[in-house]
Amino acid sequence: MDRIPILKMGQFLLVTIQVDLYDRLALDLEADLVRMVSKTGAKGILIDISAVSIVDSFMGRIIGNIGVMSKLLDAETVVVGMQPAVAITLVELGLPLKGVYTALNVEKGMDLLKLKIQVTDEDETDPEYDHSDDISE
Amino acid sequence: MAIDITKIFKKKQTEILERWMQNQLADAGLREDLMSNEDLRAESEELITALVKSLNDKNLSDADSGDFDHVIEILSGISISRARQGYSPRETGLFIMSLKQALIEVVQDEIEGPKELVEVTLKLNRLMDSFSIITFETFIKGREEVILRQTDEISEISTPVIRVWDGIIALPIIGTLDSARTQVVMESLLTEIVESESSVAILDISGVPTVDSLVAQHLLKTVSATRLMGAECIISGIRPEIAQTIVHLGIDLSGIVTKATLASALQYAFRTLRLVVKKEVKAIS
Repeated sequence: MDRIPILKMGQFLLVTIQVDLYDRLALDLEADLVRMVSKTGAKGILIDISAVSIVDSFMGRIIGNIGVMSKLLDAETVVVGMQPAVAITLVELGLPLKGVYTALNVEKGMDLLKLKIQVTDEDETDPEYDHSDDISE
Repeated sequence: MAIDITKIFKKKQTEILERWMQNQLADAGLREDLMSNEDLRAESEELITALVKSLNDKNLSDADSGDFDHVIEILSGISISRARQGYSPRETGLFIMSLKQALIEVVQDEIEGPKELVEVTLKLNRLMDSFSIITFETFIKGREEVILRQTDEISEISTPVIRVWDGIIALPIIGTLDSARTQVVMESLLTEIVESESSVAILDISGVPTVDSLVAQHLLKTVSATRLMGAECIISGIRPEIAQTIVHLGIDLSGIVTKATLASALQYAFRTLRLVVKKEVKAIS
């Protein structure tokens, strides 16, 4: 059974979806990602969906869920490289993906993530606070 | 039937054509700029030949008869081509009406008895009337095709995406926004965002005459789709009347950046991209 690889890069987790997602794969990705965030204490997730050409409401919800779940684990999610057709479909389905940030390409997505994490770090009153400990144990 | 109308027409075919041409040329509104007399004659001759060939005693009073298929085909062809060339309905109508006149004139010369004459004339009248109706139907169909094609063209032309600055694109919308148009607008905007790697898109609606809740919903959709792509969408060119309607209709546009003019939208875009436009200050020597 194939899985979508999740790469750790410093504070970030990188996910590139190279195949069209089917339901099982999407559910596995959701579970794997949340587990990885809590294990590594990542601050940001970057999901590249530039190769995805078909989405349905289930897929849209999974992406939205990933955003909300990682937010609970103190990680920001950026979805990059969405194709116009996919964007139109999601809007028509009434899924504007409120929980996630979006960027045009990986480069801009990385910049956005860095910016967001900087901002949250400054906001953070307790710098030692770390979510990963509370949840993985 | 005592009088063989078909024979008369066969014999008098050339005369009918002459009379018909005379009738057509006599009309002051003849458009010689659109079609030369030779072409008109050729067209008329083709129609008469087909008509005389398919006409017989039995189908004289039955325009739906299959014998006339060829005539109707020619008529429709002429009618549609005239619609495309820009003839007026009156001119097209005259074309077929004057044939009726020519036919009746010939019949008048040939038939002696008043009773028979009336009978034949009435039948001819009915037949030619149904041909006229067919002509009009196809004429209008031809015109509608022209209109449909133009509508398509307008919606294609009227959605130009302009690259205002490196990373900023603008799309001025002119005319009413309906679902089909929003689709075109959305697609061209999103495709251009990908191509130009722009992070700000300005949607200028100063050319949109009215904004109702449907149009607002279309706008919101476009903005959401742009956001999903990873770009920011600004709506500019909101006129005072439109602002009033939006509030009266209770449409919530609070999640969207709106500006009154394209200039202020551009200024906002510059700020987002951390660009500064400054007036050059000349050093005083």
